[in-house]
Amino acid sequence: MSLLEIRNLKVEFDTAKGPFRALDGVDYLVDAGEVLAIVGESGSGKSVAMLATMGLLPDTATITADKMDFEGLDLRSLSAKERRKVIGKDISMIFQEPIASLNPCFTIGFQLGETLKAHTDLKGKQVKDRVIELMTSVGIPDPGGRVNAFPHQMSGGQCQRVMIAMAIACAPKLLIADEPTTALDVTIQKQILDLLVKLQQDSGMGLIMITHDMGVVAETADRVIVQYKGRKMEEADVLSLFENPKNPYTKALLSALPENATGDRLPTVSDFAEAGGF
Amino acid sequence: MSEDVILKVRDVYRTYDIKGGLFKPASTLTAVKGVSLDVARGSTLAVVGESGCGKSTLARMLTMIDAQTSGSIEIDGLPIDISKTGVSREMRQKVQIVFQNPYGSLNPRQKIGHVLEEPLLLNTGMPAAERQDLALQMLQKVGLQPEHYGRYPHMFSGGQRQRIAIARAIMMKPKLLVLDEPVSALDLSVQAQILNLLADLQDEMGLTYVFISHDLSVVRYIADKVMVMYFGEVVEYGTREEVFDNPQHDYTKTLFAATPQADIESIRKRLAAKAA
Repeated sequence: MSLLEIRNLKVEFDTAKGPFRALDGVDYLVDAGEVLAIVGESGSGKSVAMLATMGLLPDTATITADKMDFEGLDLRSLSAKERRKVIGKDISMIFQEPIASLNPCFTIGFQLGETLKAHTDLKGKQVKDRVIELMTSVGIPDPGGRVNAFPHQMSGGQCQRVMIAMAIACAPKLLIADEPTTALDVTIQKQILDLLVKLQQDSGMGLIMITHDMGVVAETADRVIVQYKGRKMEEADVLSLFENPKNPYTKALLSALPENATGDRLPTVSDFAEAGGF
Repeated sequence: MSEDVILKVRDVYRTYDIKGGLFKPASTLTAVKGVSLDVARGSTLAVVGESGCGKSTLARMLTMIDAQTSGSIEIDGLPIDISKTGVSREMRQKVQIVFQNPYGSLNPRQKIGHVLEEPLLLNTGMPAAERQDLALQMLQKVGLQPEHYGRYPHMFSGGQRQRIAIARAIMMKPKLLVLDEPVSALDLSVQAQILNLLADLQDEMGLTYVFISHDLSVVRYIADKVMVMYFGEVVEYGTREEVFDNPQHDYTKTLFAATPQADIESIRKRLAAKAA
């Protein structure tokens, strides 16, 4: 049985000009211990799909799916209260803007503790010990001192480490990382990606990486889904996707990488759109 | 030197005073420490480094937003020291800048046509009809349509907005264009379009670029010369081939090692290491 099985997921938003379909019948399968990368440009529906899974979309969104199972539990039929028991505990998510995702008014130790208090039976001193343990595991130097730091006192990379610590606090079975390194420097990006992959391998959780960066895909993924305008263009394991892309859009995306440039000009996706007809 | 140098920077420092608090004495922070560089006309210098390394401070000094604390800057034969002389119209026409975030750098209440005409309005005595003509021409040049003239920034995508920001920067026909991370907020395919546009404009108008970026794959594609900064100092400076093929400084090596590898060999290696 797959860890997460979603069949024919459709998401529509009500707009003044009528419904807008952001996601049009996409399947997602994730096994335990697997790293799935979802790649696409802005507007490809990659974030919407995972927000729909988490139940984080606004009321204007209509979500339909033939199947939406997490470990055999039907996510569609859950009440808000039941959903909260799963979300944040068994499925957790990391967002793009680490500094914006943390509450500036509370110390990071307090915010990490909140997750533990909500989902576990730990109390008082136990919470604090676990918080320090978590901060150590994501590589924050001097965790005992940093517990009382506020988000603005930490760098972007450190804040992203705190977000990761928060996400893995309850040993989730599935971790969804939505562009976790887009706002970070290259050297910090490397550290964060290494950390995510290490945590994933140590714990055997499933990991979904949402990204638009083909480099990040190449460095982390086992399997890749390429999306464009709410549709799945291609699904393949990482090696065959880079070695032998089947879909014209994937080819276009790969050839737009500056390191693959051959002539004076970079090929763009629109050059391919006319020829490939997608 | 025989080549035609348009930008000459010698031993430039920039320090900022940090105000002291109740228990903290006042101190100074040196953001840029003794940077020297030459850029030849029509070429591209890429400045690489992580946040806080002083690359944007350097950009602010080159574009006359900030004054240098010491050292000399010379653009197209014109010495620049705005703390002493202020900024003249002539100086403004030499250098323009394009910022990273195309959402933040356009006024949401200003029509695109007005965005493009404003530099001319402020710096020249050109009549309105002529300004409008130039703005319409410029829209076409950067790959937009004449009907975009009366629209507002929110009606455009990120890539289109970056085109507008570039159009605004080259309205004054500058000699030197400073690009502060112009493509890092954009999607891969849009990034390719903007990089192509920049290459076309450079050919057409003989522009010189100072291209600030932390993305080494973009730098490798666009730069003639590369400068790597680390904590305000230049740790590596040379032609693209010198820097990429034979990096000398430890930080440059770290930077290369950290850049994601998207070639098939590296993926194979990673998968093999994972299976083991």
